[in-house]
Amino acid sequence: MDDLYREVIIEHYKNPSFKGKLNPHDYSFSDSNPLCGDHIQVELRVDERGIVSEAMFDGHGCAISQASADLLMESIVGKPLDEVKQLSKQDVLELLGIDLGPVRLKCALLPLKVLKAGIYGLGEASDDLVE
Amino acid sequence: MLNVEILREDFPILKRAVQEGSLLAYLDSTATSQKPLAVIDAMNEYYRRSNSNIHRGVHTLAEEATALYEAARDRITKFINAVSAREIIYTRNTTESINLVAYSWGRSHLKSGDVVILTEMEHHSNLVPWQMLQSELGIRLEFIPVTEEGLLDLDAYRILLERKPKLVSFTHMSNVLGTINPVAEVATLAHSVGAMVLVDGAQSVPHLPVDVQALDVDFYAFSAHKMCGPTGIGILYGKEEWLVAMPPFLGGGDMIKEVHLHSFKANSLPHKWEAGTPAIAEAVGFGAAVDYLSKIGMEEIQTHEHAMTEYALDRLVEIPGVKVLGPTAEKKGGVVAFTVNGIHPHDVAQILDRDGIAIRAGHHCAQPLHEKFGIPASSRASFYFYNTAEEVDRLVAGIYKVKELFG
Repeated sequence: MDDLYREVIIEHYKNPSFKGKLNPHDYSFSDSNPLCGDHIQVELRVDERGIVSEAMFDGHGCAISQASADLLMESIVGKPLDEVKQLSKQDVLELLGIDLGPVRLKCALLPLKVLKAGIYGLGEASDDLVE
Repeated sequence: MLNVEILREDFPILKRAVQEGSLLAYLDSTATSQKPLAVIDAMNEYYRRSNSNIHRGVHTLAEEATALYEAARDRITKFINAVSAREIIYTRNTTESINLVAYSWGRSHLKSGDVVILTEMEHHSNLVPWQMLQSELGIRLEFIPVTEEGLLDLDAYRILLERKPKLVSFTHMSNVLGTINPVAEVATLAHSVGAMVLVDGAQSVPHLPVDVQALDVDFYAFSAHKMCGPTGIGILYGKEEWLVAMPPFLGGGDMIKEVHLHSFKANSLPHKWEAGTPAIAEAVGFGAAVDYLSKIGMEEIQTHEHAMTEYALDRLVEIPGVKVLGPTAEKKGGVVAFTVNGIHPHDVAQILDRDGIAIRAGHHCAQPLHEKFGIPASSRASFYFYNTAEEVDRLVAGIYKVKELFG
């Protein structure tokens, strides 16, 4: 619990490195967490080899969702899209380095859901994407 | 003056340390209130001694259970000063009560183009049922605007009334702003153009004296769990003439007088509206809750909560970066929603929880209201008669701690 607001989370929340928009982009998707109104948009550029060359997120939300988005963007730049598709809940938790209860888990996983829904071209970011 | 320390003894949960070394400071009674021993014991006793299905049974337990279930209804009737117990319908909660009116009265009285007036400060439970009728029947929804101060704009309302609405449905007390709306005035104006009036009383009945005859409303909805009673039971009050005329909502056992293979005859009031085995133990608990609140006195409860609210507002505005939503203490009940500049409400609530302080964060089922004020969410502390100034102090200290953590 005391780890929940460890410095790295607060730092990524307050000074995100990957927040903003990408124009033009190859992938774009956004969705909300209906419980708290957190909103995340993810935009990607992918090069001809299928590797993520740039990634940005935008939106608003709590420290957990925003830090999770920033860390996730950081981690996928330079990775093949096929590898990004395989990212799981566990990967996000490792990025954050914290344990989360069920409510806050939704905050942490929203960016990954949005990212994967965008890549797969789905209509909405469903929970199945981050099982 | 309430003796809060003595009243707190009635609530076992308030003695709980939710975090090591921190006693629970429960500031979330707007979501649901805590339950006194009188209610917990009444339900326990019912299951231990009298449990049976109600009505029609002739054995002793069935008669006892029926008597307890109906006695609770009688107490609720008196509590809100309804004319008779026939006007008091048990439902699951406020939401179901509103849905009952939308389903039964709405589908039988509204048609395409008819106007229903709501307000911008409604809980989702008084928005979505009407939006469903909007899709289904093509009714038109209009909204009384909320002013910057957090009050209903009654001048705009008077203009909306020129559209000859069929219904005006609004909350007695906002679950976010705390605003106590002038129900009698809004109702009189609605009636003057022939509109029906439905009031969402989920936040008002627990916290202030309510007299449905004096307010002269057609329907009034509320829940037991916000007024010291159990979850799973609520009330729809309706004027008898409407409840008689409206077509039934749920069909099944108990709501019928007779049933044939191709037809049925609905039961008399209030049973016409209560299909299937109801929440009997919950009704018993509800009755005990009403007794408990009556013994304390609703005026006294309101006075104490007003003092809490005034104190909390004074303390919160001192904190740099904190902005409180809604009007001054004079115009509101014990609900204080606020934002802390640059810090998401979820983070505020989570950090306060470390010190045992329970508040709520989110849009509190009033997303359009938050959109109106241009914020995605807010933090909300709310008070009941068992809350103390010391708990407000802990809230304020906690917010300073949050700010420190986020630097």
